Amino acid sequence: MEMLPFILATVFTAATPLLIAALGEHVTERAGVLNLGVEGMMIVGAATGFAAAVLTDSSVFGIFAGALAGMALSAVFALMVLVFATNQVATGLALTIMGLGLAGLIGQGFVGQPRAALPPVQIPLLSEIPVLGKALFTGDFVFFLSLALIGLVAWGLNRTRFGLLLRAVGENHGSAHALGLPVKRIRLVAILFGGLLAGLAGAYLSLIYTRFWSPGMSAGRGWIALALVVFAGGHVWRLVLGAYLFGGITVAQLHAQAGAIGLPSQFLSALPYLMTIAALLFLSISGRKGAGAAGSLGQPFVPER
Amino acid sequence: MGPERIRLAGITKAFGALKANDHVDLTLHAGEIHALLGENGAGKSTLMKILYGLLRPDSGEIRINGQRVTLPSPRAARAQGIGMVFQHFSLFEDFTALENIAIPLDGRTADATLRAEVEAKARHFGLAIALDRPVHTLSAGERQRIEILRALMQEPQVLILDEPTSVLTPDEAEALFATLETLAAEGAGILFISHKLEEVRRLCSRATILRGGKVVAETDPRAVSAADLAALMVGEGVLDLRPVAEHALGEPLLELHGLSVATEGVHGVTLRDIDLTVRAGEVVAIAGVAGNGQSELYAAMSGEGGRVLSGEIRIAGQDVTRRDINARRMLGAAFVPEARLGQATLPQGPLSENVILSWHATGSLGRWLLDTVRTGAVARKVIERFDVRTPSPDPQAAQLSGGNLQKYVVGREIERQPRLMIVDQPSWGVDARAATHIRQTLLDLAASGAAVLVISQDLDEAMAMADRIAVMHGGHLSAARPVPALSRAEIGLLMVQGENAARGAA
Repeated sequence: MEMLPFILATVFTAATPLLIAALGEHVTERAGVLNLGVEGMMIVGAATGFAAAVLTDSSVFGIFAGALAGMALSAVFALMVLVFATNQVATGLALTIMGLGLAGLIGQGFVGQPRAALPPVQIPLLSEIPVLGKALFTGDFVFFLSLALIGLVAWGLNRTRFGLLLRAVGENHGSAHALGLPVKRIRLVAILFGGLLAGLAGAYLSLIYTRFWSPGMSAGRGWIALALVVFAGGHVWRLVLGAYLFGGITVAQLHAQAGAIGLPSQFLSALPYLMTIAALLFLSISGRKGAGAAGSLGQPFVPER
Repeated sequence: MGPERIRLAGITKAFGALKANDHVDLTLHAGEIHALLGENGAGKSTLMKILYGLLRPDSGEIRINGQRVTLPSPRAARAQGIGMVFQHFSLFEDFTALENIAIPLDGRTADATLRAEVEAKARHFGLAIALDRPVHTLSAGERQRIEILRALMQEPQVLILDEPTSVLTPDEAEALFATLETLAAEGAGILFISHKLEEVRRLCSRATILRGGKVVAETDPRAVSAADLAALMVGEGVLDLRPVAEHALGEPLLELHGLSVATEGVHGVTLRDIDLTVRAGEVVAIAGVAGNGQSELYAAMSGEGGRVLSGEIRIAGQDVTRRDINARRMLGAAFVPEARLGQATLPQGPLSENVILSWHATGSLGRWLLDTVRTGAVARKVIERFDVRTPSPDPQAAQLSGGNLQKYVVGREIERQPRLMIVDQPSWGVDARAATHIRQTLLDLAASGAAVLVISQDLDEAMAMADRIAVMHGGHLSAARPVPALSRAEIGLLMVQGENAARGAA
């Protein structure tokens, strides 16, 4: 039982970047915008966050810098798809490719430098509960921030007026425009929020999860986050479940490799990605067509005037 | 009559060369139900979009309660007390009725307070609504009640309804009229857009009639007959078509005998017992208000849709009732559907490749490999002979303007030298010059010995082109009657009431 709190904590650490990025993309997609640039925004957040942390010698500052870098990249995406009404799929893919290159450039001088861990936050009393207390109520501040974000996103989308309008814009931008809702402004906010969270997730990777920078370190986590949004089918609780499930698989495969079950390590490393494909397959077979996706997802919006 | 709510003066709005509204004046008073009449494309919807802040007029002024205003957005219009019920519903399918009502209400969410207010309002106006069901599970009538309730929640002084009864059953329409009469009695002004004249005469105390973007009359619809209203809507203007040489009529090339067809669409019209003959050298037109079965008849004649229940279709003397469009083309028939992009042409395909769509049936493009030299040659010939204005030698279909694309489609079919040509809405959304060109082309085709059948909502067009006109109403086709003997008023009455009722009235 000595190991359990430790294992749970590593599961949460592995899941948190996926959860944060997926929450951001969830909001973007609810507004009817498909941003395939999550991977690119994440890696730019990771590189910028790490560089800023080294230069200012503050990991906390680095984390915020990383989040803002992700948002800056999403602003480029917003300019393209909202102002010039470009194809969202192509623009998102281009954003990922650009992000990977840009991150390599930003992180050039910082490869291999180690960072110290952030001091953990302990919730008084609760963290003293045996076993679970240590796992759930001791952690880095971003972990607690991610828990707050779950609540914020779920409440914001379903209980506030802005959330209602955001979902309306995603469901049918033609009707929304006819009713006089500011379609593009609402989508801009959703895209920037998605970028902010993707950047935050990236900074978490380089400053808390691995605590070093190397090019390509996001290793497809942005794509897993995108798959999680599809898996969630519009429900935040399913998104949270999915993120922790994937975190669990990631950690399990590490332990399985160490414990040397008779499976090739390559297979175990591939497991999270295989699970992604399996989850998507399962959804597309079982659900109705386009289950849970916003009605005008991915369609460019050009009002008549 | 109550105080003046709205005064529109000199409203003008152009889309490119087309003037959708041309110096339109309109006044609406409190307590009045005012009809806005006109054919499709007369400019009714454009005018209402301007009044609701969705479109900006090029010139003219809008006064609300005597104050001059600009309406840059629907929100601004709502702030001025204007509510709108759209023809194509502007509801959010996956949202509940209550959420749909909350969306345009500033600062509101779908909570218990709103629910109580909506329920009270619904009771007051006698509108039964299930507030928690997602909209996609509701019927057309229920959806419209949500739209109306949504507009009413904003306490409108003016309510605009764009063809509200087109999707309603007669009972639902009666319930709607009762609601509107309550609303008007409480002091709101109502603008009612329709082309159902009997409804207008039943409900409205005044009517403004638009034709070609201009106001042609303002009248009390109860003081004039439906036939008079129809004549005002369709107008007396004639087009400058060159008369064709006298020619004799030949054998029948299209014969419909007792044709009944079940529809495949949700809002489709079932065709009942249709008889029609078109002979070589003759132009026959089918007139009627949109949605009375014209699209279904076109699909039945081309072999593209519908389930034939009884009767037969003959082309060039052969029974083709059970044969597909290509078999019909092989007998010399050519078809021009209403949808130019997507049905008549592939939008992203160049004009040369679009030749293949109808030409491959006749086998002249090669049996196994397509003869691209020939398709290119055909496209060039069509462009030259039918005066198609193109931005490049072989552009994509989507790059052409509506009029030029229609000239291309008609030309492509005429190049096949058809003996029978069936055209659905030849000049829908086409500028006047291209429309005249297309009509002339079809007249010349008939003069050269082909049979031409034109389905048109534009009565001017039908009158100018046809030797005989038949009118479609509620899935039934009236007997085709020679044009000189047929008055505009008679056609108008057939369009509105159908053959049997019109015969009874005459």
